[in-house]
Amino acid sequence: MLAPVQDTSNETRLARARRLRDVEERRTRRFLLAPALLVIGIFGLFPLTISMLYSILTPGTYGGVTWKLSGEAYLQFLFERDIFDGSLSLSSTYLQIYGRSIGLALVATIGALILGFPTAYFIASKPREQRNIWLFLITLPFWTNLLIRTYAILLIIRDEGIINLGLMSVGVIETPLNILYTDGAVFIGLIYSYLPFMVLPLYASLEKLDFKLVEAAYDLYANRFQVLRRIIIPMAKPGIVAGCILVFIPGLGAYITPELLGGGKKLMIGNMIALQFGSSRNWPFGSAAALILMVVVMAALLIYVRNAGKQGAHHG
Amino acid sequence: MTRKRHRLTPVVVAMGLLAGSPVLAEGKLNIYNWGNYTSPELIEKFKAEYDVDVTLDGYDSNETMLAKVKEGGTGYDIVVPGDYMIKVMIGEGLLAEIKPNEMENFKNLDPKWVDVWWDPGRSYSVPWQWGTTSFTVDTAVYKGDINTLALLFEPPDELKGRINMLNDMNDVINAGLRYLGYERCNGNVEELKQVTELLLNAKQHWRTMDYSTIEKLTSGDVDLSQNWNGAAMRAREQRPTLQYAYPKEGFTGWMDNVAVLSDAPNMENAKLFVNFIMAPENAAMISNFARYANGIKGSEAFMDEAMLSAPEIVMPADAPTPDFVQPCPQETVDLYNKIWTRLKQ
Repeated sequence: MLAPVQDTSNETRLARARRLRDVEERRTRRFLLAPALLVIGIFGLFPLTISMLYSILTPGTYGGVTWKLSGEAYLQFLFERDIFDGSLSLSSTYLQIYGRSIGLALVATIGALILGFPTAYFIASKPREQRNIWLFLITLPFWTNLLIRTYAILLIIRDEGIINLGLMSVGVIETPLNILYTDGAVFIGLIYSYLPFMVLPLYASLEKLDFKLVEAAYDLYANRFQVLRRIIIPMAKPGIVAGCILVFIPGLGAYITPELLGGGKKLMIGNMIALQFGSSRNWPFGSAAALILMVVVMAALLIYVRNAGKQGAHHG
Repeated sequence: MTRKRHRLTPVVVAMGLLAGSPVLAEGKLNIYNWGNYTSPELIEKFKAEYDVDVTLDGYDSNETMLAKVKEGGTGYDIVVPGDYMIKVMIGEGLLAEIKPNEMENFKNLDPKWVDVWWDPGRSYSVPWQWGTTSFTVDTAVYKGDINTLALLFEPPDELKGRINMLNDMNDVINAGLRYLGYERCNGNVEELKQVTELLLNAKQHWRTMDYSTIEKLTSGDVDLSQNWNGAAMRAREQRPTLQYAYPKEGFTGWMDNVAVLSDAPNMENAKLFVNFIMAPENAAMISNFARYANGIKGSEAFMDEAMLSAPEIVMPADAPTPDFVQPCPQETVDLYNKIWTRLKQ
C-alpha cells in the first residue's frame, strides 16, 4: 500500500521538478531573446510603422507630411494624373523603374551564381586545412568600405582607366571602350560587391557533399554533365537558393553602385526613393515606394521558404 | 557594494570632467553648412577671437538641411541655406529675426545684396557666397562659340556623348526653359511639354547626370559639364583648356546666406559669428577657400590674386544678368517632378 503512494509522490515530485525546469528554461529563453527583440522592435518595427503611416498621408509643401489621409501615393505608383484634366490613366513609369532594377538584380544574381559556383566547388574540394585560407580570401574585400571599393572599380573601367589604357597601349583598341556609366558598369559593380554572399552559402552546402556519391555515379556510367545535374546541383540546392536570395535582395535596393557607376541618367529603385525625400518633396510616395519594394522582397523570401520546405520533405 | 562603488568612481569622475570641459571655453557654436564649403582658417580665427568652441557639420542639399531642421532640436545655431530656401524657412518660422541690418559690420555689405527678394532689408540673413550655374566646355575639343545653351540640347558631333548634366531637377529644367525662351517656374503645360521633348531628345547625347562636376571634367570622362562658377575655376586649374560659358539665353544666379535657427541654443555666439563674417578680411577667407564671390565691399583687398582676374568670378560686360530663380508653387513642382521622373525613367 505504501509503495504506490510513494511512487505517485515521487512522480509528482518529478513532474513538478520538470515543470519548474521548463518554466525556468522558458524564462531564460525569453531573457536571452529580449535584447534582440528590443533592437528589432525599436529599430525595425518602429520606423516601419512610421513609413506605413506616412505612406497614407498627404505630402507637406516643403517636405514632411500633413495629417490628412490619402491614398494618392499608392495611386501614383500605377496611375498618372493627366497634366491637362487631372484624369487617371495607367502609367508604366514606376513599373519600368522597378522592372529595370529587378532585371539588373536578377542578371547580377545569375552572374554571381555562374562565377561563384565553381569557386565554392573549388574551395570545398580542397583539403580541410587549406579551406580556411580560401574562405579568408573570399571575405577579404569586406575589410574595405563598399563606397571605396566602388570608386576603385570606377578608376579601373573609366575611359582613362587601367583597362582602357592597357588595351590601347598593346594596340587591341584605338578609342577607349565605353564601359563606365552604362548598365554593364552597374552589373560589374553589383557582381563584384555581392559575390562573397553567393560563395559562402554555396560553400556551406558543397562542403557537406559526400564525394562518394559522385564516385558512385561515375561507377554507374553517368557522364560529367549528368553527375553535375543529378548529384551535385540537387545537393547544393539549399546553398544556391540562399546565395541567390542574399545577392538578389541587396542588389535590388542598391544605391551607391548605380549612383556611381550608372552615371545617374536612369533611376533605380533606391535612387528613386531617395529622390522623393529630397527635391521631389513627396515623403508619402517615398514611403509607399519603399513599402512596395519590401513587399516584393518579402514575396521572394516566401517563395524561398516554401521551396526550402518542399526540399526538406523531398530529401528528408 | 563598496567595491562596486569604488570601481565606478573613475567613470563618474571622467563623466564629470567631460560635462565640465565646455565651461572652460566662453561658449559653443554649432554650424551646419554645405560640405567642403567652410574655410577652416575662418573657424580657427573665430575660435581664437571669441574663445568659443565651434563644431561643424555638413549637408549636400537645401532639402536635406530643411528636413533635418524641421524636426527641431538639432542643436545647430548657424545654417547656410540658398536664396529660395531662406524664403521658405522664414515662412515656416524656422529662422530667428536677428536683425543683421543693425549690426556693426553691416555697413560693409554691398548695397545690391541688401534688398533681395528672399530677405528684403536683411532682417534674417547675410551673404555667405554667391555664384552662377552655367556650364564648362573644353575648348580644345570644341572650337566654336560656347556661349549658347545649344551645346547642351543640340550638341555638335564632337560633344555628343561627352556631356555631364547636374543631377538637379531645377537646374536642368530651367536651362531647357531658357533655351526655348520660356519663363522659369512655368505652369504652362503646353510649353512644359515642349521642354520635356527637348530634354528627352537631348538625353541620348548626355553621358552622365551627376553633381561631382570637377572630377568628371578633370578625369576626362566628359568634355562639357553643367557647373557652378567656383567649381569651374577649380576644374580649370587642373585642365587649363576648360572655359566657363555665359550663355546668351541666360543662366542661374544663386546666393547662400548665413542665418540663425530660431531654436539656436547659443544665440549670442551665433550673432557674433554673423557680424564676424561681414568683416572684409573674414569674408575674403570664405572666398579664398571655396572660390566664390562673397558680397562684402573691400574683401577684394584680402583675396587671392587668381580670383580677382578669374573669368569664372569676374563676369564679362556683355554677359546676361544672372537670373535668381524664385521658389515655384507646389503645382509647378509637381509638374517638374513628373518631367524629371519621365526623363530618368
